Amino acid sequence: MDFFHRFAVPHPNPAIYASMVAIGLTVIAIVAGLTYFKKWGYLWREWLTTVDHKRIGIMYLISALLMLFRGGADALMMRAQLAVPENTLLDAQHYNEIFTTHGVVMILFMAMPFIMALMNFVVPLQIGARDVAFPRLNALSFWLFFMGAMLFNISFVVGGSPDAGWTSYFPLAGNEFSQSVGTNYYMISIQIAGIGTLMTGINFMTTILKMRAPGMTLMKMPMFTWSALIANVIIVFAFPVLTVALAMGTMDRLFGTHFFTTNNGGMDMLWANLFWVWGHPEVYILILPAFGIYSEVISTFARRNLYGYKSMVASMVIISLLSFLVWAHHFFTMGQGAVANSIFSITTMAIAVPTGVKIFNWLFTLWKGKIEITTPMLYALLFIPLFTIGGVTGVMLGMSAADYQYHNTMFLVAHFHMVIIPGVVFAMLAGLTYYWPKMFGFMLNEKIGKLAAWIIAVSTLLAFMPMFFSGLDGQARRMYTYSEATGFGPWNMVALVGALGLAAGFVLIVYNIYYSTRYASRDISSDPWDARTLEWATHTPVPAYNFAVVPQVNSIEALWDAKKKGHVLFKGKYEKIHMPNSSGVPFIMGVIFFIWGFAFVFAIWPLVILSTIGIFACMAHRSFEKDHGHYISVEQIEEIEGTETKLRGAN
Amino acid sequence: MKIDHSLPLEYSTEENRLKVLGFWIFLGAEIMLFATLFASYFTLVDRTGNGPSGAEIFEITPVLIETVVLLTSSFTIGLAVHAMRLGNKKAMLSFFAVTLLLGAGFLAVEISEFVHYVHIGAGIQTSAFTSILLTTLGTHGAHVTLGFFWGLSIMLQVAKRGLTPETANKSFIFSLYWHFLDVVWIFIFSFIYLKGMM
Repeated sequence: MDFFHRFAVPHPNPAIYASMVAIGLTVIAIVAGLTYFKKWGYLWREWLTTVDHKRIGIMYLISALLMLFRGGADALMMRAQLAVPENTLLDAQHYNEIFTTHGVVMILFMAMPFIMALMNFVVPLQIGARDVAFPRLNALSFWLFFMGAMLFNISFVVGGSPDAGWTSYFPLAGNEFSQSVGTNYYMISIQIAGIGTLMTGINFMTTILKMRAPGMTLMKMPMFTWSALIANVIIVFAFPVLTVALAMGTMDRLFGTHFFTTNNGGMDMLWANLFWVWGHPEVYILILPAFGIYSEVISTFARRNLYGYKSMVASMVIISLLSFLVWAHHFFTMGQGAVANSIFSITTMAIAVPTGVKIFNWLFTLWKGKIEITTPMLYALLFIPLFTIGGVTGVMLGMSAADYQYHNTMFLVAHFHMVIIPGVVFAMLAGLTYYWPKMFGFMLNEKIGKLAAWIIAVSTLLAFMPMFFSGLDGQARRMYTYSEATGFGPWNMVALVGALGLAAGFVLIVYNIYYSTRYASRDISSDPWDARTLEWATHTPVPAYNFAVVPQVNSIEALWDAKKKGHVLFKGKYEKIHMPNSSGVPFIMGVIFFIWGFAFVFAIWPLVILSTIGIFACMAHRSFEKDHGHYISVEQIEEIEGTETKLRGAN
Repeated sequence: MKIDHSLPLEYSTEENRLKVLGFWIFLGAEIMLFATLFASYFTLVDRTGNGPSGAEIFEITPVLIETVVLLTSSFTIGLAVHAMRLGNKKAMLSFFAVTLLLGAGFLAVEISEFVHYVHIGAGIQTSAFTSILLTTLGTHGAHVTLGFFWGLSIMLQVAKRGLTPETANKSFIFSLYWHFLDVVWIFIFSFIYLKGMM
């Protein structure tokens, strides 16, 4: 019995039991559906074994949207609990678990895969490449992320959720204060997903540096590709730090080491330092590609080339360097002394300068543009003022002396939500709408899309502006309730309304996807937005090989200049194209990693050893395998290129 | 697969060039990994709790043996790559074998060193210092162990398939990895052992 007792949820409540039932029913429905429609073979051949960067991108996208709703449910529960004083909807323990999983899910399992989705789909197309540098590694990256996310998500029905905050500070996250396996889940699922992310970083750096179309020098790359390159450089240098920190944390919890303990020499502040040496650059891994999306969207719909291309690139490089020099601003008040605080205060505030440069570049792009307000553009236009609120409050927090007032209050919570939602989430929704026709061959409904954008923008203000005020009044974050005398009640009620509005906005986006899938015209051109960069020079849907003939690039906006100045993009005739084969190994390896992670969480050592052997067996298999891919013949290319409209399903 | 014969075999195809660059970037990530371990080591080095300090447990003889063995293996893997470029498969395999044998020798000494540490009460659970010491050394040792088996599988492939652009590429990348481990060891030798014994 002792063995099975570990898998029980330590703090059960009706919501968790309801979730268990829901998960069970969903799994049964999916299995039954796949069997009934005989789709197992299709699923395996076309998706689970795919190494096509476009399909991997779409799988990232689906995962990100699913996780958005999981993290969103957490958010709604939190806001509902805080809406009125002395509320008893959730108890303290449950609240701790929810804000922890909300943070982890939203940053690592929603925002990251959303970025990865767009990066995977867009970057190879934008640089005129046929694939990424290491297609199979790319599939493995996705499956590691996915299995890490699933492992994290089963925590609330098997063994208990992590409850030490998304920062998992020791000694709170140590065995003494976090006795359930929740924090084990945290350490190991993020480790697995993080390894996947690191491999993506290596893969895309190589892809962007080595696989650009002829003529595309570094300074002729589209802005989104630039932002992806910089983000991947940050990934490669930041994620190993997380790897080490998580490994140490795991060892402290499972092997009795003394890295972060409070006895035998352990140092809990070491965790805080390592975590934020990764964690601060992480926010720029998220925000820079988002800036890249805005640059694409704004120049497309202002019908104008991006103002200040070189300063955009320079500002991203500067941001990437500064991002590694500011981590200690996360603990100004933990006693590190005035000199350290001053240095980190100045580097932190300095980031506002290159960020401001970017904001002004977008404004100048708009200045003389012929603005066309589409849904993606609407997100971009709403982003500028909302993000500026978040940015300016960031500078306020960056002043270490003043931070003694703000720290650990809802002011901080409001700040980073006002940065991340308009910055990252709006960008991802803009990118989703912008690239949707390229991904799926039809456009999302503009009317519903714009309505959703307005609802989300207004709700963002409603949800987070009140927190600035209650935070300045002293409402602490992470507190599961407060007394009526504090006067925080009305502010929090408004925030709940905002949170519900946000939920409504996201549901409306889902409805839009459903509505457009049913009713939108399939008869769109391959360039429905009249865009400027190479990804729109492909057919829709994009053939497996992307470009039948490798494009020749002469300028930053290759497609635009081909359309307007008569540059010839595609010279020469078709030649057979070499493409990688699909493989089931990345998926299988992902599954083994999942088992490995699960066994590790519960310290089932025989299974850990067994699955470790399995992982190495997969690697050895790859090493000895002779797989030279396959060729697509000229006849096949001609056939595919000639049937573009048929492929789209248009009549 | 287009093969460019004007370049060394390991660079001769597009795919090979991608793999070499990708591996260099991976080594960049590895540098960060070990840099983090070193930074943590310097933070925790004096936090010995009730356990011993480095000066009390380090011994020069096994460390010197490890250093000489590993440095020599880095030299022999260089010779293996040189033989590979000359197209001499037999010499290449011999130098590869010597490299891996030296690697195994290094591991043998390191394992006995670890057993000794545990024996004298400096196990991984003793104090923050021993935790980070054994983790840093162990991470390097795990890399050498992985390299041993990796190298073995490459030897098998070269023996079976001969020197092709593919096997040459794998061998070259392995040599980069092996040199990297040597560089990391120089830091371990200087900043953990020598500094600890002074």
